[in-house]
Amino acid sequence: MKQHTFVVAGLAAALAPLCVQAQKQPRTAWGDPDLTGAYSEFTTAPLERDAKYADKEFLAREEYEEFAKARLETRFGDDETEPGTQADVHYSMGQFQLSENEGVHSLNLRTSIVTQPKNGRIPALTPAGAARRDARAAERRGKEFDGPEMRSLTERCIIWPSTQPPILPRGYNSNLQIFQSPGYVVVQGEMGDPRVIPTDGRKLPDKLLPQWNGTSVGRWEGETFVIETAGFHPDSAWRNASENMHVTERLTRVDEDTIEYAFTVVDPDTWAEPWGGVYPLTKLDGLLYEYACTEGNYGMANILSGARTGEKETAAKP
Amino acid sequence: MNRILTAAFALLATAAAHSQVLTEFPRAPNGRPDLSGVWQALNTAHWNVEPHVSGYPVLLELGAQLAVPPGAGVVEGGAIPYLPEARAERDRRFENRLNDDPEGKCYMGGVPRSTYMPYPFQILQSERDVVIYYQFATAFRRIFVDGKEEAPLDTWMGWSNGRWDGNTFVVEVTGLNGLAWLDRAGNYASSSARITERYTPLGPNHLQYEATIDDATVFSRPWTIRMPLYRVVDQDFRILEFKCEPYAEEKIYGHLRKPGTGPSAGASSQ
Repeated sequence: MKQHTFVVAGLAAALAPLCVQAQKQPRTAWGDPDLTGAYSEFTTAPLERDAKYADKEFLAREEYEEFAKARLETRFGDDETEPGTQADVHYSMGQFQLSENEGVHSLNLRTSIVTQPKNGRIPALTPAGAARRDARAAERRGKEFDGPEMRSLTERCIIWPSTQPPILPRGYNSNLQIFQSPGYVVVQGEMGDPRVIPTDGRKLPDKLLPQWNGTSVGRWEGETFVIETAGFHPDSAWRNASENMHVTERLTRVDEDTIEYAFTVVDPDTWAEPWGGVYPLTKLDGLLYEYACTEGNYGMANILSGARTGEKETAAKP
Repeated sequence: MNRILTAAFALLATAAAHSQVLTEFPRAPNGRPDLSGVWQALNTAHWNVEPHVSGYPVLLELGAQLAVPPGAGVVEGGAIPYLPEARAERDRRFENRLNDDPEGKCYMGGVPRSTYMPYPFQILQSERDVVIYYQFATAFRRIFVDGKEEAPLDTWMGWSNGRWDGNTFVVEVTGLNGLAWLDRAGNYASSSARITERYTPLGPNHLQYEATIDDATVFSRPWTIRMPLYRVVDQDFRILEFKCEPYAEEKIYGHLRKPGTGPSAGASSQ
């Protein structure tokens, strides 16, 4: 009996904040939870958990400062780059205050973004997934600088891991904005394409044309906006995924400044088990501006002309 | 029989539920017209906003399928009131259009060109914001409704402030970088341009679109284009991705590739 009372009390305590929260949720004029605004994807948790934490999902508050500081140092230290690598000649993210941990971010006591499986680490690629990765690498090997089509999708201004579903924070411009109108939610990563997501009850069609960002439909489950996405372009290959990847994203307002972003990916051709994670999106006091990627892609021209110059110098050597 | 009728009725009901053909122009809760929907122009202004007869394709080997179709033009009064030196610049741009038209490089269309490029665009309207997503180059505009914001810097799609004038949504566009053209014929405005767009319901499934271009560095007076926009009524229509970057790479970077290599279709075609 005593135990029973304890359970009920515990349940009430767990539910109480949620109820209060639900009442406080801002609403759109047509009654949906209001998620509109610009948000930072920056967070202190790395994508995968350091093995030393094993199944420990959360840090104690007193462990956090050191964790965040250490992560900033290892991730974006100014020294220790390997000569001749891209990192060696690239400006330091920290130098321009662009590194993940220097952006606006909510307190996140998690030890990793990945929460499923329990060890916080992305499952190994299946043999088919590994073979696909290797074949793709082999196709480019020795030809990486031949022409624009051999460069990465990000360098080509096609898609970014911070903008295609599932959305993950990256080095810089890791921000997104959300607009809502009756029947639609628009999610746009700063560097990427607006995803115009219908919420009118339509389902994902059985047959989908391949799209770089997949095709998304959304629905409201109480306070949570749920997005289902499938139908990826085979070359989207998010973390070596196949075109059959199915992504579920869940956006829930936690407080005035924070939306919890949770995602699950299912792609048996690539990972034997579904996996996913959680991290906070933090409201930005400001606007996102136009990111004209291809219009200003001097990087691509410089990469290719650098390679041609290098080839000429090599050929000229006796 | 009954079952067939029921099935037919269900089918009709489904079609009605998904159909976008409307009998009156929708209204937002605040009483303003609701411009939300997918729209597209149906004219040849993307070739040339001025009146034009048919013409040869930019490369003769492209043949009739990419020849220029004729059009009566969308400019009020017919001709654009260019200053003499600006008209000469337009003519230069026409001569060099194969290389210089930003459309060929998959660059954003700017305003107003994005409106009448031959691709659909979607307006999403709430009481606070109006946003427009254009299929070409995945261009995106946010229009501040009753906003006071000023353009902090020049961009391809400019900085848009909107307000309602009765049934007309009026958008003042400044902060354009002047790099976008007005069409494939080399018509242009500069980064000094101030564009006033007017979106007015013309019928349940039509909008009247007007854009007045005020740019004293290029034109002798402000001038106006005008055209209807058509609601895309296809069932469950979605703007599909037109990621045009891969198709422009050879044009932009071809001279920098390793001699003897070529784009591999598998890496870039859909």
